[in-house]
Amino acid sequence: MLRLEQVSMSVNDSNGGNKDILHNIDLDFTSGKLYAITGPNGGGKTSLAKVIMGIYDLSAGQIFLHDEEISHLTVSERAHKGIAYAFQQPPRFKGLTVSDLLKIAYGDIDIMGLRKSLRDVGLCPEDYLDRDVGPGLSGGEMKRIEIAQVLARQATISIFDEPEAGVDLWTIQRLIGIIVNRFKDNPNCTAIIITHNENVLPICDEIIVLEEGRIRDRGTYQEIWPSIREDIECKRRLECRGEFGYEI
Amino acid sequence: MKFNQIDSDLLNTIASITEVPKGAVNIRKDGQPLIRMSSPNIIIKPKEDKPGIDVIVKPGTKNESVHIPVLVTQAGLQDLVYNTFEIGEDADVTIIAGCGIHNESHQDSGHDGIHEFIIKPKARVRYVEKHYGAGSGRGKKVLNPTTVVRIGSEAYAEMEMVQIEGVDDTYRKTIAYVEDKAHLKIVERLLTHRRQSAQSDIEISIEGKGGSAQILSRSVGKDESYQVFKASMIGKTECTGHVECDSIIMGNAVIKAIPSLEAENSEAVLTHEAAIGKIAGEQLIKLMSLGLTEEEAVNTIIEGFLR
Ligand SMILES: Nc1ncnc2c1ncn2[C@@H]1O[C@H](COP(=O)(O)OP(=O)(O)O)[C@@H](O)[C@H]1O
Ligand SMILES: [Mg+2]
Repeated sequence: MLRLEQVSMSVNDSNGGNKDILHNIDLDFTSGKLYAITGPNGGGKTSLAKVIMGIYDLSAGQIFLHDEEISHLTVSERAHKGIAYAFQQPPRFKGLTVSDLLKIAYGDIDIMGLRKSLRDVGLCPEDYLDRDVGPGLSGGEMKRIEIAQVLARQATISIFDEPEAGVDLWTIQRLIGIIVNRFKDNPNCTAIIITHNENVLPICDEIIVLEEGRIRDRGTYQEIWPSIREDIECKRRLECRGEFGYEI
Repeated sequence: MKFNQIDSDLLNTIASITEVPKGAVNIRKDGQPLIRMSSPNIIIKPKEDKPGIDVIVKPGTKNESVHIPVLVTQAGLQDLVYNTFEIGEDADVTIIAGCGIHNESHQDSGHDGIHEFIIKPKARVRYVEKHYGAGSGRGKKVLNPTTVVRIGSEAYAEMEMVQIEGVDDTYRKTIAYVEDKAHLKIVERLLTHRRQSAQSDIEISIEGKGGSAQILSRSVGKDESYQVFKASMIGKTECTGHVECDSIIMGNAVIKAIPSLEAENSEAVLTHEAAIGKIAGEQLIKLMSLGLTEEEAVNTIIEGFLR
C-alpha cells in the first residue's frame, strides 16, 4: 500500500554544500503487516519517517500510497490521505492541552474515544486531559501522549518513532498488545515502528535495518537477529549505565 | 430589560452576559448609566464630584460577583470615568469589568477608565477586564485604562486583563502596592494586528514582609502592529516577585519587552523571564501532521497561547 522508489534525501551542510542522508531507498509496505525499522543512531530512520510524512522533501525518487503518487503533497494533505507519525521528540506547546491535541487528532469530539486512547498508553484520562502539553510533562509522558494521538487518528499508515524511549516496561508491554491487536493481520492498515526494543522487534513481520542512509538488511526477526544482535546488546548496556548510574 | 443587538454582542464578548446578571450591576453606555443595581452586600453609588461610581463590598461578603461593563457606541465619544472599589475585610468576590467599543464612523471614540482598588486585609478578589472593539468605521477605537491597586495584609488579588480584538490604540497603566503576606497575580493577554498599537506599563511595589506578586504576560503581534510591555517589580522587604513576558511575533510587527527588577532588601527574591519569537516550525508541522492546514495550525497555536 505504501511504496518508496529510489528515494533520496539531502540537507544543506555547514559548508554550504549538500549532505546526503538517504540514498536510493526502495521499500514497500503491505497492509496487515507490522514493520520495524532499526539500526544504529544517525542511520536515517527518523529522516525516512519524515520523508514519508512530507516533513522533509525528497531530493530524488517517488512515494506512492495505494499506487497514487504522494511525493508532492503537503504534510496536512498526507495526513488526510491516512498517514500518521508519532514524533521521536514531540514538540511542547504553551496553552494547548492534551485534550486539545487529541481532539485535533480525532477530527471530532468523541470524549469516550479520547479517554480510551489515553488509557491505551497507560495514562489516566482524569489526570491528563486538561493538562498543558508543555514543560510540566516529563519526556515519558510526552511520548505516551504523542503515541495516543497517532492511535486516535486510526490512520492507514501509522509510524511510531522509538515509542519505547522514556516509557516504562509495563507500558511497552501494554502498547505492544494494542499495536498487535490493532494492526496485525488488519487488511486496512499498516504500522511502521522505529525501534531497538527487544520486546517489540519479535512481534514485527518484517525488520528493515537502516545504516548510513541505506538499507543494510531486510527480513524476518529470525533472519535479521544475528546481524543486529551486537548493536542491540551494545545499546542495552548503554541504557543500563544511564539508568542505574554505574559502569558495567 | 432587553439589549439591542450591538449592545448585546459587545456585552457578550466583554463580560459573557446575555441578560442582566444577578447581583450588583452597573452597565455604563455612552457616558450614561444604563443599569445600576446594588445587592444587599455590594453597594454601587455614583460619585458626587466626577463621573464614575464607588463600589463598596461589605466585609465578609462571600462568593458574590459585580458586573461593571462599559459600552461606547456613539461616534466620536471620549468617555472618562473614575471608579473606586473598596473590598471589605475577609470578603471573596469576582468583579467582571470590560469595555466594548462599536464605531462605524470616521471619528475616533474612546474610553479612559481610572480605577482604584482598596482591598482590605484577608479579602480575595478576582478581577477580569476584557477589551474589545468592533465596527467598520475608519475612526479609531481607543482605550486607556489606569488601575491603582492597594492590597492589604494577607489579601489576595488576581487581575486578568485581556485585549484580543479590534482596539486600535491602547495605553494601560497599572500600579500596585502589596502589603505583608498579601499576594497579587496579574495576567495579561494581548493580540494586536494591522496597524494597532498597545502599550502596557505595570509597576508593582511589594511593601510588606512576606508579600508576593506575579506578572504573567502573553502577547501576539501580527501584521504591522506595535507593542511595548514594561513590567517593573520592586521588592522593599522580604518578599518574592516574578515577571514573565512571552510573545509570539509575526509579519512585520514590532514588540518590545522591558522587564525590570529592583530589590531594596537582601531578603527580596525577584526573577524575570522574557521571550519573543515566532511560532516554532516543529509545532506547526506537528499540528499539520494531525491534519490541520498551516493556517489552522497557526490559529490553534495562537488561541492556545492566549488562553
Ligand atoms: N534537518 C537536518 N539537518 C541536518 N542534518 C540532519 C537533519 N535531519 C537529520 N540529519 C542528519 O541525518 C542523519 C540521520 O539522522 P536521523 O534520521 O535522525 O537518524 P536516526 O533516526 O536513525 O537516528 C544524522 O547524521 C543527522 O545528523
Ligand atoms: Mg531517530
